Parts: sequence; structure tokens; C-alpha cells
Amino acid sequence: MSSNVLVSYWVHEPRHLYDQAASKVLSQPLVVPSGTHENDPQVRVLVQACAQQSQQQGVRKPYKEVIDVFQGDLHGAGMKPLTFVRQVLAACVYPPLINSNNLPLDVRQRAQEELGRCVGGSVGSYSAVAGIPEIVHSISEFIKRRDGGIPSHPENIYISPGSQWSISNILNVLVNREASPRTGVLIPVPCYNITVLSITQLGAVTVPYYLSEEQGWALQVEELQRALESAKGVCNPVALYVINPGNPAGYVQSQKSVQEVIRFAWEKRLFLLADELYQDCVYGENCEFVSYKRTLSEMGPPFSGTVELASFHSVSKGFLGECGLRAGYVELVNLDPAVMKHIHTLFSKDTCAPVLGQIALDLMSNPPKPGDPSYPLYKQEIEHIRAVLVHNVKRVHEVINSLPGFSCPPIEGGLFAFPRLNLTPKAIQKAKELGLQPDTFYCTRLLEEGGVFTGPGWEYGQKEGTYHIRFCIAAPQDVMEELLRRLSSFHMTFMKDFS
Amino acid sequence: MSAARMQVLSSRNVRLLSRGRNEVLAGRSGAQRPGGDPRTRSLTCPPMSSSSSPGRALSSLSATRRGLPKEKMSENGIMSRAKVLTIDTMNPTVKKVEYAVRGPIVQRAVELERELSEGMKKPFAEVIKANIGDAHAMGQQPITFFRQVLALCSYPELLSDSTFPEDAKSRACRILQSCGGNSMGAYSASQGIDSVRQDVARYIERRDGGVACDPDNIYLTTGASDGIVTMLKLLVCGEGTTRTGVMIPIPQYPLYSAALAELGAVQVDYFLNEEKCWSLDITELQRAVNEARQYCNPRALCIINPGNPTGQVQSRQCIEDVIRFAAKERLFLMADEVYQDNVYAEGCQFHSFKKVLFEMGPEYAETVELASFHSTSKCYMGECGFRGGYMEIINMDDEVKDQLTKLLSVRLCPPVPGQALMDLVVNPPQPGEPSYGSFIKERTATLSALAEKAKLTEQVLNTVQGISCNPVQGAMYSFPRITIPEKAVKEATEKGQQPDMFYCMKMLEETGICLVPGSGFGQKDGTYHFRMTILPPTDKLKILLNKVKEFHQRFTQQYS
Repeated sequence: MSSNVLVSYWVHEPRHLYDQAASKVLSQPLVVPSGTHENDPQVRVLVQACAQQSQQQGVRKPYKEVIDVFQGDLHGAGMKPLTFVRQVLAACVYPPLINSNNLPLDVRQRAQEELGRCVGGSVGSYSAVAGIPEIVHSISEFIKRRDGGIPSHPENIYISPGSQWSISNILNVLVNREASPRTGVLIPVPCYNITVLSITQLGAVTVPYYLSEEQGWALQVEELQRALESAKGVCNPVALYVINPGNPAGYVQSQKSVQEVIRFAWEKRLFLLADELYQDCVYGENCEFVSYKRTLSEMGPPFSGTVELASFHSVSKGFLGECGLRAGYVELVNLDPAVMKHIHTLFSKDTCAPVLGQIALDLMSNPPKPGDPSYPLYKQEIEHIRAVLVHNVKRVHEVINSLPGFSCPPIEGGLFAFPRLNLTPKAIQKAKELGLQPDTFYCTRLLEEGGVFTGPGWEYGQKEGTYHIRFCIAAPQDVMEELLRRLSSFHMTFMKDFS
Repeated sequence: MSAARMQVLSSRNVRLLSRGRNEVLAGRSGAQRPGGDPRTRSLTCPPMSSSSSPGRALSSLSATRRGLPKEKMSENGIMSRAKVLTIDTMNPTVKKVEYAVRGPIVQRAVELERELSEGMKKPFAEVIKANIGDAHAMGQQPITFFRQVLALCSYPELLSDSTFPEDAKSRACRILQSCGGNSMGAYSASQGIDSVRQDVARYIERRDGGVACDPDNIYLTTGASDGIVTMLKLLVCGEGTTRTGVMIPIPQYPLYSAALAELGAVQVDYFLNEEKCWSLDITELQRAVNEARQYCNPRALCIINPGNPTGQVQSRQCIEDVIRFAAKERLFLMADEVYQDNVYAEGCQFHSFKKVLFEMGPEYAETVELASFHSTSKCYMGECGFRGGYMEIINMDDEVKDQLTKLLSVRLCPPVPGQALMDLVVNPPQPGEPSYGSFIKERTATLSALAEKAKLTEQVLNTVQGISCNPVQGAMYSFPRITIPEKAVKEATEKGQQPDMFYCMKMLEETGICLVPGSGFGQKDGTYHFRMTILPPTDKLKILLNKVKEFHQRFTQQYS
């Protein structure tokens, strides 16, 4: 078997079978019987292998290089890191640079300050379990500023090697793998696939609620209600996972929508898991990011003192785009102190998050200010990234909607386009013959013939009979234009071939 | 978890999961994060139905509340509701997780540091944390070449800086070329950067005298612990008597017991022989596995070599015996080899399990499943903060490999700077390159200082009556046995503390020295130990050892 965790992810059961007869101690694990290899969540690996293969065969391609927009990876897509961030990191890594005139004064001072917070003055030492205390504090100040002065307590913040690590740890506390009925977690469809993997790996059941594509992927409380009803007799839902701004669907929740979700969580006794990684990525004209934490506290009692919330953020997205550093944090609200103690122990087992990543979190929370030597360049770089993203979002929307059989609501936020693909019966038939999901078939062709690496919609979940592709919009403008050119030309040919 | 297994756990776990320590923890740490600042809890809306929660994280927010009209809230006829996540509803296996190296004694040490900084009077001027193998925290200097390359990778504009040596620059370029978008900020493949895995494979081949290593078998990890936990996740299954048992040494590094508790696996203890320098005895392995087969399904055998906390270095013969045993009993071998460069005692040498396995011929080399772990945190580099590591996996079923890839993908990828550092560790400057001389000098200085400190620690501790210490053959710790007077044992028991926890806590309060009690690692009933790192600089270590000596004498006198 491979793993069709993601095809049928709400029934996936990650148990392992010990086969007495097998010659290996570790033999084939038992999972839901799956079809074929192309259902593997590691489409990336397969698709890449596929691309390599065709290259090896010496097949002439109409492109020189593949444009890889499969992941939400700014640097991978060609965006440049922020100079200030990298200068401080370099000086922390190699402290003689602090005395070098090659770096701006505020960079050197900042590096000095960061090293002063590291045990033994080195980024090579372990930090405290929750993270370097001053950095945790600086994150809490950042949250407070963001949320219009609502207090944030450093004691409730844990830094981890990427936000996904935090999500796993919090899920681990919530999910009782031996419970009957099993623990359930409500997830949006479409949903970030790695979180789904985390949930199923812990032995929980995912309960899908569908976002309304017709209404710009809006989250509707009636749908939450329906999803919860559907879980009856199947599992015991304890948590509600929301992604705002969305991934892969680029919606931004209004504060009213956030309030409704909180009210729902309150009424139905659900723990809220708020994935807020894309909080800096908001483009819609009337859109604004309002955090769950802020909304919760502004709603006042009884909500503010009751609804348990874990909010996640990281250095991977937004303007830093430092995915490779692996640093994120979780802020926990309203948790039972007795439970907090165990959460602390869980994080302590992981030792600590990478120190360079922690420092990047600090730089994100506390960037250069007007008057600092690094400020002008920093501001210029941030504005450039923003301008690129805003431009790309507009262009993607224009181009996609001009193509027959393609449609995409405006991308209000996040880093992805998730357009709907109306495949012809002929294309669907062909995919079936090949044993492929129809949108995987499309993505594979797009990669091979168009040189654009995107993800098929089924990986993220979609309404039955609908097809999508996901791609990252955070690429330099010229790359994005080339991507759209390749996509358009490929798409027209594909639609013609299968008309 | 079945009743039968609960029993097994409680009887076999050397009190790691026992009530006493839990109570200690509960008593110590108060409400919020243990050791953290006491939280302000101005409770405005008292909990009505939640019995276990005295506080509300957002309580102070009600003052700033605005936005929603009040009527709306009363409209719903709202009453307080119980928490979703309480001590009774949370994942029961997580409750069993304990982690001594970062446990209550360390939390107290942090508190003491704060108290000192606030000007509180203490019988000591500073807290010395000898609880954790954190070399840089103790003042060890990083390897210059490693840091130069990493700085260049962080900020590639420095490539035009003439003060950086050419070999550092070419190395940085090579690493950046294998990163997406030429940036350490891009994700790598979940298994790690290809070129780094290739370099790791070549390193292993050199280390093991030419035994082949396939880069496909190398997985880069977030420190070695990530790899260990991931492998355990793959191994654990079954219910009741078919539940996976994992054999771990006692004393052990508490990551193992913590991970096993979390996964709900059965911890199967085998005792190292303290009388014979903490050596591993095959008859003891046999005893442990035979007994375990009655209540679980032992599937894995964990070995830590060089030992943590015990500092023994296994002989080649011993490793061969272990491999034969694993083959006979069909156990998956997990070799924790993160201290492979930390071997000090004369006549001792590090032999990798991989090498010995392959030298034993195809009968073993082609069948015994082995995962070996390494990291950037120990040895001469001591770069814990980068969270770099790798594991090599041999003879694993291909389909299980797919599952492993899936498990790893949840982490997305290991930290890229840690991967870059791992690359430098396995591929350091070569003779003839500009940085070779300084690299060798720095590495030798660190390793010979460690060897000296290992000897010093053993010598001084053995001069104290009531303390006996095996030679520290390798790794970074001494794990001496201590005699605790009856009266002290009694007082500790009354307090609900393990006697060595009582001892270490008292030492911390009186001297500022932070050690980890042996009970956190496991030990034979009725014996007591502590773990102390040998990492402080020599002069500081001397002072520390003297303070330990004086404390022990005072303690013994007080309770005799």
C-alpha cells in the first residue's frame, strides 16, 4: 500500500500491523486499502520523479526550467529574503561580524542583543523549553500591538520548530487515540493537507465542513452545524480547526464571521485551533485580518473567559518567508492550568526550537523602526513584496478567469490560488484510464508539457465532482507572468485535446 | 490502555511514572507554566462548572471589552460552560510523559536565577547548570569554520568580504546551490537536502572503513530526538499482550521513557551493570526480553553508545553480541550514537553498529534492521541550538519507508541551517585547505579538554566517601552512585520525593549547582545517583566538584 490518507482522510486509521509471518520486524502498516500510487500524498516526489524521467529520456521540452509553485515557499519561488533579517542572523552566527563595518549599526546592535539572550552567548546552545524568554516576551508584545492592546501573556506562548510542530503537540493533547468513539476534529474543505495528516496520524477522525466556493470560499455556520451533526455516532468532535486567511482557498474571514465561529465553538464545546499563518497576506480591498484572540476577548464574557483557543503563527510566510529556519509559535488562551503543565512537558521533550528561527521570530515581532539605519531598506523591501503579491493576485484572477473551463474567486488573502477546473468528460475518462485523479492528471500534464509544478485539488479536499489546482502566488512578477503564459497556453491545448 | 499493561508499566518502570514524582511536580510548579512568572489572574468571571481551573487566561480582557452589544450575549441565556480540555479529558498517554532533564529541579534552578537577579540573598553567587549536555552554554567556543560558512549562507552578500577564507566561501556556495531559490529560507525535501545526505553517506563510509552507505537510507532530522521519536512511532502498535515493547537501558536518557509513555508503548527495562563500568550484559538482555514476552511484544532494542548518562563505551565484542541477540530475538535495533566522537578512556574506541553489523557477514548484514542516530549537538561541535541531526536506516521494508516519509512530511523539513551544519560536520576542511589548520586545532583542543575533565571528575568524586564514580569512558556525563543516609531517605519519602531528588534539590538550594537525580534516568531499586555534565571549563569544574564534595559531606553528617 502506499497511503490514501488524503483521498479518504476522514476515515483513515493509521494503525500498524505486525505481521508475524513477515521477515521484517517492521512490515507493511495497515491502513485503509488504497488504490494506486498516484494517491500518495507525496505527489511531489512522484511528479518530480516523473519529470526527471522524461528529462532522462531526452524528450525535448518547450521550457528550460520548471517553475515550482507547489508549496507556499517564497524563497523557493525566487523571492529575496529581507536584508535586515539575514544580516542579523549572519552576525549572530559569526559574532566577529558585530565588529565589522560591513553591517549597519542597528544590525550589529541587534545581533549583540540577541546573543546576550542566548545561554553562553551562542546560538549553539539550547534555549528554554518555550523559547528564549525575551523573545517569547517580544512575541507577546507583538500580539498585543496587533490586537489593539489586548494583553497577551508570555506564559501562554510556546515557540516550536515551525507552527506545524505546535499544531501536532496541541492535537496530541486533545486526541485520545484509544477513546471510543474516536476523537473528531472539524476541518475545512479545502484544507491544508499537512494538518490533515497530523490529525490522522494521531488517530483522530477528521470531520469536514465545506467552504462555500460560490461565495468566495466563505465559512458558514450552518455548514459547521451540518458537519457536527454528521459526526454523530461516528466520532466525538472536540476541536474546530480554522485557517484564516485561508490555505489553499484565499479567503479572509470578516470579524463577524470569526465571531460566529467563536459562538459556535462556545455553544458546541469545541476547542478552537486557529491557523493564522497568513495574517500579513491580505489583499482584498475591504478585507482586514482580525485575529481570533482579539475577537474572542472583544466578545467579552462568557466567551472571552471560556472558549479555549490555540492560535498559530510562524516566520515561514508573510514577508520573512523563512520556511527553512523552522520557527513558529502557538499562543494558548483559556487553557486549564493543569493541562498547561502537560503541554509544557510535551514541548520540553522536543528540547527547543532552532535558535536562529527563534531570533527570526524576534525580528518579525520587532522589526526596524523609523529612524533606524536599516529602516529605509527594510521598508522598501516589505513594500516591494507587498506590491508583488498584490499585483500577482490581480493578474492570476484576470488570467485564470479569462480561460475557458477555469474560474477563480478573487484571492483576498493567503499565498495561494485555488482555481476551479471544469474538466471535460473526455479528460476525466482519460485520467481514469491512467488510474489518476482527474486533477492529478491535469497537474502532471501541466508539469510535463508546461513546466509548471502545481498541486492537484484532491490533495486538499474538494466537493465531489469538482476539480482544482493549487499554486503559490508569491513569485517574482516576471516568474508569475511566465507561469501564467505557460499555464494559459498549456490549458488551451489541453482543453482542445480533450474537447 | 489495558489494566494488565498498567500493571506492567508501574512495576517495571523504576518509578518513572510513579505517583511520588508527579506530586512533586504538581506541588512545585503551581498553576501556569512551571518555573515561569506567576500569572496575574484578576478573575472577573468565575468559572461555574469547571472544577479544575482556577484561572482564566483572558480574564483581564473584560476590561477592554468592546464591540459586541451586551444584549446579544444575554439573549442566548448564556451560562458558563465547562472546558473542552481538562485533566480528565486530555489524551491520557500525554499525562504519563515526564522529562527529567528539564524537570522540576531545572525549573527551580531557573527560579533561583531570577531570585538572584532580583537581589535575593542566597548562599551562592550563581546557579551552575550541570544538568544538560549543552557545551556552548558552558562557554565552549564554536568551530570557526562552521560558523563562517553558516554566516555566508545566511547573508550571501558576505561572499565578497575578503576576511572570509576561500574554502568557507566555496563551501557556502555549494550549500546554497542545493537550496531552493539559493536560500536557506526555502523548504528542503522532508528527507533533507540531497547533497547533504550524499555527504553524510560518504562520511559514514569513511568512518566505517569503507562499508557502503546509500544516501537513500539517510534521513536528516530536527536533532537526533526527532529521529528517535519518529522511529518509535513507526514501531508502536498492537493492544494488550501484543502491544509493542521497546527495550531501553536503565539508566537511560529520559527522551526514551517520555516518548514511549506518550505513544503508549511498553517500556522494557534492561539494567546496565554498574559494577562492570555500566557494561551491557547479554544475559540481562535475555532476562528482560523473556520476561517482557509474557506481557507485550518486544520489537525494538535501544542502545546508547557511548552511554548517556553512564558514559560507558561498548567494546566491539559487546556490539557483536547485541546484534546476534537482536537477530535471534527479531528486534529492530536503534543505536543512539550521538556521542561517537566523545571517547576519552584509553583502550576504548567507538565502533558503529553499522560497521560491526556489516563485518558480521550477510547473514546479519542483510537482515538485521538498524536505525542509527547522530546529531550536531554533541561531540566537539556542541551546536545544540541548530537542531541538526540525521539517521541512517538499514534493511527497512520499502513500504515502511513510504510510511516513514509520510511521518516526516508532517514536520515539512528539518531546519535548513541545521542541515547545512550537519553537512559541514560530515565534510570538514581537508588537508591543504586554508581552514584545515584552525579546524584541527579547535577540534583537538575541545576534545582533549573534555578528556581531561572526564578524568578529573572521576578522580575528585571518588575521593568523597559515599560517592563512587565509574570511569567516564565517553559521552559528556558522570553518573556517580551516592549513599543517602536512612534518615534522609525517610524525610524524602515523607515529602513524597525520591531520595535523590531530595538530595539534588537540597544541593541546588544550598550550592546553586543544578544536577539531575538518578531517578530521572532509572536505576536499580535502593541505589541513588545523579547525573552531572563534565562540560564546565576546567577551573569552574574544579570549584563545582569541590562544592559537590562539601555538600555531600555536610548532607551525610546532617542525616547520620
